[in-house]
Amino acid sequence: MTTPVTIRIQEADFDVAREMALLTRGRTDIGAVVSFSGICRGTEAGGEIAALTLEHYPGMAEAEIERHAEQAMSRWPLQGLTVIHRFGRIEPGQNIVLVLTASQHRQAAFEAAEFLMDYVKTSAPFWKQEESAEGSSWVEARAHDDAAAARWTKS
Amino acid sequence: MKVKYFAWVRERIGKAEETVEPPASVRTVDDLIKWLSARDDSYAYAFEKPKIIRAAIDHAHVKSDTAISGAREIAFFPPMTGG
Repeated sequence: MTTPVTIRIQEADFDVAREMALLTRGRTDIGAVVSFSGICRGTEAGGEIAALTLEHYPGMAEAEIERHAEQAMSRWPLQGLTVIHRFGRIEPGQNIVLVLTASQHRQAAFEAAEFLMDYVKTSAPFWKQEESAEGSSWVEARAHDDAAAARWTKS
Repeated sequence: MKVKYFAWVRERIGKAEETVEPPASVRTVDDLIKWLSARDDSYAYAFEKPKIIRAAIDHAHVKSDTAISGAREIAFFPPMTGG
């Protein structure tokens, strides 16, 4: 059967338990589901932040995540995957991103989830702006995120 | 062709998108950055460090030496910080 893939870019929050239930509903071939949630922190580099505002490139954000979902499916034996990324204003403690990967055994699910998150961070067109008492500033990209994504291209 | 700007590139230029008609001598993404930068100070400021600017043609990442002929939509933005 075809692997169910859900990719959504949305302003609204998501419910992790509900998304996991949707992924596994009626299935008896799935033996492992890995769930990663990215959550807005209340502090960054020692300073308190009031909120993050995420800007995205509609159309390309979906396309870029779809490309990496296809790569993940060709690389690991997955039974399903879900990627949800929010945009707009997100306050500390609230969800930003969800990656779910389902497979027969845990290793494929763990690895594919990590692969997808590494590429969501470095190649999906989203930009974070931090809001704090000092005003707003754009978050700078981190070299270690690029290094994390680059390790998947090594043979 | 349509050109879109995101995050601080958008803020510096002061617009999210526009339609441009560069001359035929503007062949690559890098040429387009130079041509836009020569328009006025806001573009020059947005593109002051061209090496860190990322570009996409028709929703796919491209390198700065990519030809722009046939592109419907070109986007310029800083390195991504989602996730």
